Amino acid sequence: MSDVLSSYPLLLRGAWVTIQLTLYGSALALVMAFVFGLIATARSAWLRALGRIYVEFFRGTATLVLMYWFFYALPLVGARFAPMFAAVLALGLNVGAYGAEVVRGAVKAVPKAQYEATVALNMRPGQRLRRVLLPQAIALMLPPFGNLLIELMKGSAVVSLISIADLMLRAQQLRQSTGQTTAVFLVILVMYFVIAQVLQLFVRYLERRADIMLGRRPGRSARSPLDTRLGAAK
Amino acid sequence: MATTDSAADAVLPEDGAAGTDGIRFDGVVKRFGDNVVLRELDFSVAAGERVTLIGPSGSGKTTILRLLMTLEKVDDGVIWVDGRSLSHMRRGDRLVPADEKYLRRVRSDIGMVFQQFNLFPNMSVLRNVTEAPVHVLGLSKDEAVERARELLELVGLSDKADAHPGALSGGQQQRVAIARALAMRPKILLQDEVTSALDPELVAGVLDVLRDIANETDITMLCVTHEMGFARDVSNRVLMFDQGQIVEEGTPEKIFSEPENQRTQDFLHAVLDQH
Ligand SMILES: Nc1ncnc2c1ncn2[C@@H]1O[C@H](COP(=O)(O)OP(=O)(O)O)[C@@H](O)[C@H]1O
Ligand SMILES: [Mg+2]
Repeated sequence: MSDVLSSYPLLLRGAWVTIQLTLYGSALALVMAFVFGLIATARSAWLRALGRIYVEFFRGTATLVLMYWFFYALPLVGARFAPMFAAVLALGLNVGAYGAEVVRGAVKAVPKAQYEATVALNMRPGQRLRRVLLPQAIALMLPPFGNLLIELMKGSAVVSLISIADLMLRAQQLRQSTGQTTAVFLVILVMYFVIAQVLQLFVRYLERRADIMLGRRPGRSARSPLDTRLGAAK
Repeated sequence: MATTDSAADAVLPEDGAAGTDGIRFDGVVKRFGDNVVLRELDFSVAAGERVTLIGPSGSGKTTILRLLMTLEKVDDGVIWVDGRSLSHMRRGDRLVPADEKYLRRVRSDIGMVFQQFNLFPNMSVLRNVTEAPVHVLGLSKDEAVERARELLELVGLSDKADAHPGALSGGQQQRVAIARALAMRPKILLQDEVTSALDPELVAGVLDVLRDIANETDITMLCVTHEMGFARDVSNRVLMFDQGQIVEEGTPEKIFSEPENQRTQDFLHAVLDQH
């Protein structure tokens, strides 16, 4: 066990790569989720079809296979990607497809009456979305987005198969050099768990912010009943 | 019309007075599937007039208001608002289906208060009232806030400006919704059973606000309501609906005191029994 623990710089470097993959991958996934999720709610049937194609294609392909395509297959036809780039692309496109479904579902789940109020106030279609529908929809997206974020982080372990030195690959190397399989896997189990908890805390924080925005818990955005009463007494 | 520019129109509704001729339904047909809700409906509301729609549930009253708010489309016939059709616009010398840009110009004259208030939960009370004036009418933030505070005072909620809509009672929410609609300076205010969702003790407060607005402005009002006392106080004319058609119309005195049509009599008895 001490062999394993004394190699912690190696594992920390691996963890850092895993974190970077998670950040870049989820940033790409977020962009894809919003672009294709919103397209799927568009009035134009062509746009909606485009949204469906993206979702069905990238949801139906394993991240690993996608990554092999970017790393091994596409270079054969002349498109060469750095391993990290191929990995981020595969993770982001795959998780983005699930995210697009989340975005579409959340926008559809905002009560129709809210849309009707925006029409009655003569808002432009873009304003309806940006000022009323999306802020309410994002509150609905956060819990499923939290799950996807953690899925992406855990799923990033497949990048070790194209020799990216993430936490998983470092663990394999350490296992070979020390022979301490149990200890190594116990340590990385804990490390993956800790990263997941930090991500979860971040999402919880966002959920709390959204609750305050929607008035579901007291916060700075709306004054507390006591303040209002004091204000009224003046 | 003094101007045809939509932004100027919306900010200065009073200026268009010469061209205003209110609302006109011309052979309007509305179907939902096989259900014919409005059959060749004709009626008009003059500018500045206050008209109340009464009639049994399912007779198409809400549908009329939703058609006017462009939340639904007619299947046949034409609805005219201030001389403009809600379904078609002129392109060259042809009539083509109205596009969003045209509809936004027509809508700028019309406001609506909904049965369920429909305030935006992601904004404070004040921002509910300033959001559209700032982003749709192009008012400066300061102007919009000043106007919103005046309107909140008018509806008796000055102290709730920073509150969250969810923290208000139904009656207070509905009064905010009225302020929000008025902030857009509509020429026409549509009201769909605005007190039906309220606890009985909150109804009077909302109706008082609407009475004030009726007394102090010359906004055209088309109200669907079961509050017969309110209808008697504010309206110039009452239209009794049944099965998608007007079965009787007249002054509130005539309709409420000596209705001629059997269905009007039955309906009024039923409503009065409930209260
Ligand atoms: N969106 C809709 N889809 C299908 N049917 C509808 C819809 N809106 C209204 N209807 C039908 O139209 C008729 C009139 O409804 P409505 O205008 O709400 O009546 P009222 O407001 O007088 O109670 C009812 O039979 C109702 O079921
Ligand atoms: Mg109704």
